[in-house]
Amino acid sequence: MGKRAGMDDLVRLLQLAVNGTAAGCIYGLVALGFVLIYKATEMVNFAQGELMMLGAFFAYTFVGLWGLNYWLGFGLAIAATAAFGYALDAVVLRRVIGQPQFAVVMLTLGLAFIFRAVAGAVWGYDAVGFTTPFTNKTANFGGGVVLGQDNVSIIIGTVILCLVLYLFFSRTRLGIAMQASSQNQLAAYYMGIPVRTVFSLIWAISAGVAAVAAVLLVPVQMIDVNMGLIGIKAFAAAVLGGFGSIPGALVGGIIVGIVEQLAGYYLPAGSMELTSNIVLLAVLIVWPQGLFGQVIRKRV
Amino acid sequence: MTLRTSYAQDLTLARSRATIGWYALLLAVLIALPHVAGEFYVGEIAFVFIYAIAGVGLMLLTGYTGLVSLGHAAFLGIGAYGNAILLSKGVPFALSLPLAGLMAALAGVVIGIPTLRMSGLYLAIATLAFGTVVILVGEKWHSLTGGFDGFPVPTPTVLGLRIEAPEGVYYLALGVLVLVLLLAMNILRAPLGRAMVAIRDSEISAQSMGIHLAFYKTVAFAISAGITGLAGALFGHYVRHLAPDAFGILLSIQLVTIVFIGGLGSLHGAVFGAAFVAMLPQAIALVRDDLPFGIGRLPGLEPSLFGLILVLVIMFEPAGINGRWQKLKTWARNFPLHRRAAFRRQKSYAKSERLR
Repeated sequence: MGKRAGMDDLVRLLQLAVNGTAAGCIYGLVALGFVLIYKATEMVNFAQGELMMLGAFFAYTFVGLWGLNYWLGFGLAIAATAAFGYALDAVVLRRVIGQPQFAVVMLTLGLAFIFRAVAGAVWGYDAVGFTTPFTNKTANFGGGVVLGQDNVSIIIGTVILCLVLYLFFSRTRLGIAMQASSQNQLAAYYMGIPVRTVFSLIWAISAGVAAVAAVLLVPVQMIDVNMGLIGIKAFAAAVLGGFGSIPGALVGGIIVGIVEQLAGYYLPAGSMELTSNIVLLAVLIVWPQGLFGQVIRKRV
Repeated sequence: MTLRTSYAQDLTLARSRATIGWYALLLAVLIALPHVAGEFYVGEIAFVFIYAIAGVGLMLLTGYTGLVSLGHAAFLGIGAYGNAILLSKGVPFALSLPLAGLMAALAGVVIGIPTLRMSGLYLAIATLAFGTVVILVGEKWHSLTGGFDGFPVPTPTVLGLRIEAPEGVYYLALGVLVLVLLLAMNILRAPLGRAMVAIRDSEISAQSMGIHLAFYKTVAFAISAGITGLAGALFGHYVRHLAPDAFGILLSIQLVTIVFIGGLGSLHGAVFGAAFVAMLPQAIALVRDDLPFGIGRLPGLEPSLFGLILVLVIMFEPAGINGRWQKLKTWARNFPLHRRAAFRRQKSYAKSERLR
């Protein structure tokens, strides 16, 4: 009897871990968007969660309203969001280069409000959704371990996306040009890299990643105007990973996701919402450089 | 900008007798106003005063010390609840108001000390998280704050007079605002204020001039939070019924918007910004029905307009309303001879803030 209970506990723990990992992958992907932009341009995009929300609504338009094939809609949503990210940098963010970092924070916060209102005006304030190939299906892994395909698809999707990004940044000319401009803008410029276009492309990639996160999230969460508030949890993830580290963002996201699930199960009600904030504060106070962060000192 | 020719000029509160005269006139007008204007306008202007107090508090931190806080609504909330709870326990108002400020200041020290090593972005995120945590705690701590049921604010009495909204709150807020402005002006011409500005301009050079960073940053946080707490106490009397979710991130962002739209690094800016931010909702309400295409009926209109104005100010007038005002004054002073390039922004490149 005791053994049976122990087994149940273990399965429960595993399911919590998988749910947490799936949620964490989403946080990680949004955090990845922050980190990509921050690494390259030193801007912090507080509207990253809203870019994800826009991506979700684009996908809803293509798949839910126009009835396109899921995969086609997925691709179109990524392309549309990426184009939007490119335009955002080219039209707005490029103009504030040279202003203090905090001005950009406020600028993107302002943009986030605008996006939310525009999305509300275009798509309405009711939560919507559409069926995906993974909705309400389970995958049986044997031994009583039954997991939702939605969660598994999130994890697999994240892994694939990371592989693609890794190959892009390490193997392609453009990826290497992006790395170069993030290390030293001026030197990259002298080497003939069109730094401004590269920056806009990085915004496009970051928005595209947000769109992927949004579409992966659709089977488990409804789409609504306020889904961008996930951004604060993604911040916790990015900070935990050491803001500026790409693997750090993902690992941080998964840690935040799992901790949140465990807190929701073992701690009293209401503590789940607090967890990500507490993790964030604790990391910032105790260990500001995070898991993978670099410590840089200024030479005077 | 007049040229200064002695140190004494740099240290005076007012640049000339005429300045003092103009401000005295303004004060007289403001004191007389409730006898002339209707109750609605008195209430609105009292609200502007309250926002201006909070704006001055945040300006000392963000505009003069260069520390950013996205969680200042939490201090406003601490001040509001502290004052209301003390009043309901029978503490006289003359004591509960300063105590509310003190509580907020202590909370400022609590968040200030651990965040000393952070600056810029990290500080923004940490204060954002701090604000969220305070609000969540306020919602769950039902026995103290009443949770979502809210907390009625008792009407205070000063010298046997009941302070009723809006007129009583108007005079109260005006008095506190004048005191806070004098305090801020005096801080800014004292060594403390000079140290704060030095820290804003360069931490490293401030440090090498012998400024103790940790001490001055903590003091700046405490003063800023304390002033914001005072504003919170008055805010409580203005709204008369407190709910924790009123002090969320939206209010924090409004407070930062005051400082940004007003113009960083100027007390005038804090007041201008407060007037703008406090009156915008009313201005929207006035024109709401006349807007074409049903724009006025969109539910997200107000926050999105805030966002839009913030975006436009940062893109086109980083010095805010105060900067625009200075430009107008210079233009008028030099009238036929003004130079078009006087305020042209220099071309600038991305500056790294990874190294500080």
